[in-house]
Formats: sequence, structure tokens, C-alpha cells
Amino acid sequence: MGSGGLVVMDEDTCMVDVARYFLHFTQEESCGKCAPCREGTMRMLQILEKICDGKGTPQDLDTLESLCRVVKTTSLCGLGQSAPNPVLATLRYFRSEYEAHIYDKKCHAGVCTELLDITINADKCKGCTVCVDVCPTGAIKGERKKPHVIDPAVCIKCQACMVKCKFGAISRG
Amino acid sequence: MSETNVMINGIKIGVPEGASILQAAEAAGIKIPTLCFHPDQEVKANCRICVVEVEGQKNLMPACATKITEGMVINTTASRVLEARRMILELILAHHPQDCLHCARGGSCELQQISSEYDVRFSRFPQENAELSLDHSSPSIVRDPNKCILCGRCIECCTETQTVSALGLAHRGFESQVVPSIGQDLFESPCVMCGQCIHACPVGAISVREQTDDLLDAITDPDKVVVTQIAPAVRLAIAEAFGAAGDQLLMGQLVSALKMLGFDHILHTNFTADLTIMEEAQELLERINHHGTLPMFTSCCPAWVRFAEVFYPSSLEHLSTCKSPQQMFGALVKTYWAQKAGIDPERIFSVSIMPCTAKKYEAVRPEMIDSQYADVDMVLTTHEIVRLLKMAGINPLNLPETEFDPWMSEYTGSAVLFGASGGVMEAALRTVCEKVTGKPLEKLDFVEVRGMKGIKEATVDMNGTIVKVAAAHTLSKARVLMEQAAAGTSPYHFIEIMACPGGCIGGGGQPLTLSNTQRARRMNDIYTEDRSRKLRKSHENHEIKLLYDDFLHEAPGHRAHELLHTKYSLKKKNP
Repeated sequence: MGSGGLVVMDEDTCMVDVARYFLHFTQEESCGKCAPCREGTMRMLQILEKICDGKGTPQDLDTLESLCRVVKTTSLCGLGQSAPNPVLATLRYFRSEYEAHIYDKKCHAGVCTELLDITINADKCKGCTVCVDVCPTGAIKGERKKPHVIDPAVCIKCQACMVKCKFGAISRG
Repeated sequence: MSETNVMINGIKIGVPEGASILQAAEAAGIKIPTLCFHPDQEVKANCRICVVEVEGQKNLMPACATKITEGMVINTTASRVLEARRMILELILAHHPQDCLHCARGGSCELQQISSEYDVRFSRFPQENAELSLDHSSPSIVRDPNKCILCGRCIECCTETQTVSALGLAHRGFESQVVPSIGQDLFESPCVMCGQCIHACPVGAISVREQTDDLLDAITDPDKVVVTQIAPAVRLAIAEAFGAAGDQLLMGQLVSALKMLGFDHILHTNFTADLTIMEEAQELLERINHHGTLPMFTSCCPAWVRFAEVFYPSSLEHLSTCKSPQQMFGALVKTYWAQKAGIDPERIFSVSIMPCTAKKYEAVRPEMIDSQYADVDMVLTTHEIVRLLKMAGINPLNLPETEFDPWMSEYTGSAVLFGASGGVMEAALRTVCEKVTGKPLEKLDFVEVRGMKGIKEATVDMNGTIVKVAAAHTLSKARVLMEQAAAGTSPYHFIEIMACPGGCIGGGGQPLTLSNTQRARRMNDIYTEDRSRKLRKSHENHEIKLLYDDFLHEAPGHRAHELLHTKYSLKKKNP
């Protein structure tokens, strides 16, 4: 894409999110002259965002694939013709990641925050309150030396608590 | 011209070299859908609806923009072609209001037509409408930016054909919009209200500002006497709207239809077209004989007048001071005609039926109150009259004929010519020649100023007085002639300008949608009607003679000047 540079990714990179990232770029760069690129890149981005938010359906995958084919083969210039490439490539080599987002509502790389569940393992938690202090939204409650709990409605999944916990008591899934 | 052989859907066909795939498919009898393509415009290739499969090409190719090459193998029905077309339609529809039932273009919308042909029954994408506000600023044209599909046809017509550039593109990508220049309201832009963009638009994003409801109110008001004038170019278009050839509808049938709709008195703009010729011929001779400003430009076309006011404010002395036939009629109907008919002018509601959107603007110009009332109370376009007739279930072709009301409805062949580009010039020449030479003209037809050529010119010898004339249609051509006049290099004495391609027969208020082929056909019908008239010279019109004898010359002072002439003013122009 674009610069021709090389990007190294590992299991902490969500491939659906990578596609969404690239589409965000092309959608912003679309000049608006031809209909497939103007309208199509926006709709591809919307579908990818929907999947990242855990609201994707199996039909969305079909629509996305069809959109990619059409935008790639009918757009007026190179931008529209290459815009679907990140989606097509990730669909080809990492289809299981898309399916995990859609069917299991899971993002195994832990990138798509809407799909994350941050939980505290009561057996491992020593009740040190470090996590309570570091949480920016006050989502973690608990008394000293007793296991803490996270309120998922308040948690923004920033994972700051996970980084700070010395006992590995906080996990995402 | 040599031929190129191509294979379309298995059919071998030879087409002229340089043709596009779209033209080749048409020759083979295969229809390819288009949205941004317009036969009278340059290829834009931005809607991508016309894509086809070409052997050896990875991507689908736009049929409008791809030139054929020898041995090309084209497939217009491949599944990926159909998938692409349907997908693009779905994408456009998901970004377009779904109110087709009450859209001004419902039933004649190109997007609706193609979507129906491609069986697009639902969209897989959530509906996204920006909910932009409608632009009602112009007295002639309404813009609904929500319906715009960004095909660019209006922009090309405004920028290339008319050189007005009132419309342009703003923003990018999904946020792209067609906007009046620098994002102003249309009326504040340099728009001259010719209405050609209405014909260019494939959907309902630009439409005529309709006033049919106000007309029905006036008709039902017992205190109002609704008097109407019909313009020369209207009849042919109404006939076409009812599926007949132009010459099949008789003027008398149209009178019957309008009476049925509830109009009280039906008169003819052709009468004041003859009057315009009388006044304009007089003015031209005065300018020639007394070294006045030459060339003199006609001033019948309100879009052209506004164009001159906006773009050439320092050259306005070149414009004839004569009002247009519509406004001459307006000034006379509430003075002369009211007197003759014995009707209180205050009760008269003067309606004109015009092929033109700019006439709506002309009628509301503040100076057009010389009869002490609004000279013309309402202007209806042909498009609106056709809608009213259809709403009322009246097909004028099935009606008997009725006579026009007297005093302002007699007309000659010259008046009929006003409908076609070059017609005012031809009509004026007939009268000017006879005035100068004092002898009847042998040949009435000035064929040099006829036809669809952009600028037509002729040289006429009148007893040794050489008069060079030109007639131009579209404002890009008008600009060429006005530039010459402003620079003092114009070789002409008299120039006719019509803003719309083909003249009034191709006006912005005519039923949708127009192509130049249709305009050329209407032009021929105009010349046929001229030939069929017993009187073909404006100065032979009996009612005109009566008007001068009984009214214009009878009163002391300058009644003719007050009622029939006007002044022009500098109009605000955007940077």
C-alpha cells in the first residue's frame, strides 16, 4: 500500500483492524469523482468498522467481498482500484480472524476493544489496589487484601490495569 | 471513413473508426445504461454504470470513454458486469433520498429507470442522507442537493455551454457536493436562470420552481380575471408531451384546453412578438441612421439580458431597449387590453405560458411595473402546463378548436419564428428591409440565420445600405460576439442572442428532457408554421396597426416608450 514500505506484524495485530486502518486512509483520500470509489470505499469502511465492533453478520462478508470486486474493477483511478487490496489480502490469508469477529465475537489479537472482556481472576488477585489507582474511569472496585472486580459497563478496555498487575490476575478474552 | 471490426456479445459488427464502445453497442442494438453520459456533452466517465468486459483487460472498461480497436471482443452481459452495475446502483441509491413518489422527476428520472431495469429492489447499505437544505432562493429554479448523484452534467452545461459557471464541485470523497459558486445560494451566484441544468440533470436535484398551486388559487378567485399569453415555442412541446408530432396540435385546440382549465381570456405572446419587431426595427434604423451604439443586440431573452448585466456591465448600451414580448404584453394587457375589454386592470391576473425558466425571473424584476401593477403576475413553464393538463385529464389533441380572444392575439409568421434561434433576426430583417427599401420583399426566407450552428451570420443589401447581422445561441457563443462588441471590433450591425441551444424551443422550461436532435426537429416545425401563415411580416399585423392607431400614437407623450422599453442595470457579480 502506498509507500511500498514493509510492516512487520505479529499475533498482537488484528488483521480486520489492519484492513479497517487502510480503508480509513483510502476513504479519506478518495476525491469523489467516480461513484464506486466515492461511495464504495465509505461502505467498505463502514462494514469493517461494524465487524470490529462485533456487530458483523455473515452477510456482511459476502457484501464486502462483492464490494471489493466491484470497486477494484470499476474505479476510475489507481486509488480506487487498489483500495480493496488490504481487504482482499486479509480475507484471503486471515479469513479465520474475520470469522472469529463475526461468529465468536472475539478479537484474538486483543485490538478490537468492543470485543474484549477484561476480567480479574479472584484466585490470583491479592487485593493490592494498584489497579484501582491506575484505572482512569474508576471501573475497578474492591477492598484492600480482598479480590477486586471490574464493572464492564464502566471499563473502557484500555488495559492499563493489566500492565500494572504484578500477579497476572487480570486477563482479556 | 474506415471501419473497425469488433465483436460484441458474439455479434460481429463494423463501426466507424474512433467510435466508443457505447456507440458500437448502440449500432449492434445493445443497450448499455448510462447516467453521467449526455449526447450533447463531453465524456465524463464518472458514474461507471456503463462498464463492460473487454477481452484482455483485467478491469472492466467504461463503454462511454473507451474507444474501440480492431478485433476488440466485448461482453456487455458478463456476470461481473451485471454485478458491478447493480452494486453501483445500490451504492448510489443508498446515498439518495427514497422519496420518488413525490419527487419532481418521479416517472422521468434516469436513476429510477435504470434501477428498475436492473431490478434493484433493496440496498444492502444503510441509508445515508446528508439532509442538506433545499435552495429556494431563485425565482426560477429549485435545487435539492440531497438528490444530486454528482454526475457533473449540470456543471458542464453551465460552465462549457453557457460559460456562466454558476455551479461547481465542493468538498471531497463521500462529502462531495455540487454547489453554486463559492457555496452561495443560487440566486446570489452568477446564475442567469436559463434552466439548461434542469435538462442536464438525470435526477430531481435541479427542477423548475413550480407555481401551479398559485395558479389554481387565482383561477378559483372570483375577483380575478385570469388572462393568459402563450409563447411561440410552447405548442410544439405540448404536442410532444402528449405523444404527437409538433404540427399535430392546433393552436385552437390549445385555447380550448386552457379555457377548460379555467383561464378566462386567452391571448398570444406572438402578438407582442410582432410588436417587438416593430419597435426593434425602429430602434435599429435609428441607431444606424443617427450613429448610435452598434452592434445592437436583441433583448428578448431574459437569461441573455442577465448574462450581459452580470458579465458585461459596461457594454449594456449595446442591448436594445425593447422589452421582451412577454413584458410588452404584460404592460399592455393591464392598460390597452383592459381598456378595450372594459375590465378593471386591478382585477386582471396576467399569466404567461413560457418555454423558459428565466421568464419567471424577468416577471419579478422590480422595474417591470409600467402598467402601475405587476405587468406579469405569474409565469408558468410549458412543463407546468403539461402537468396541469394531465392532472385535469385534458388531452388537447382530442379537443375542438376555439378562437383566441381579440385585440392582442393576431400574429404573423414572423412572430412564430421567435421560437427558434435566428428567428427574431429573420423577422426583424423582413420588416427592416421593407421599411428601408419601401418595396415588398421578394424572398422572405433568410436561410443563412437558420439551423443549429452556434453563430450564424448574413449580409443584407437594402438599396445600397449593407447590414451585417448575426444570430447566436448558447451563452458561450454570445460571449464571443459580446467580447467583439466590447472591444469595438464587431463587424455586425445587429445581433440576435438566445441563451438556450436552438432558441426558445430548447428552453429550460420545456418538458424533460431535451437533446439537440429534438431541438433541430422542433426548429423545422417552426419554419413549417411560418410558411403556413397568410401574413408573414410583423408590420402587416392588423391588430398591431390598431394598437398604434388607437393607443400608442393616440396619447400625447411617449406612451410607447414608457410601456415597451426598459433600462438595464449592473448586477452583482461574484469574484
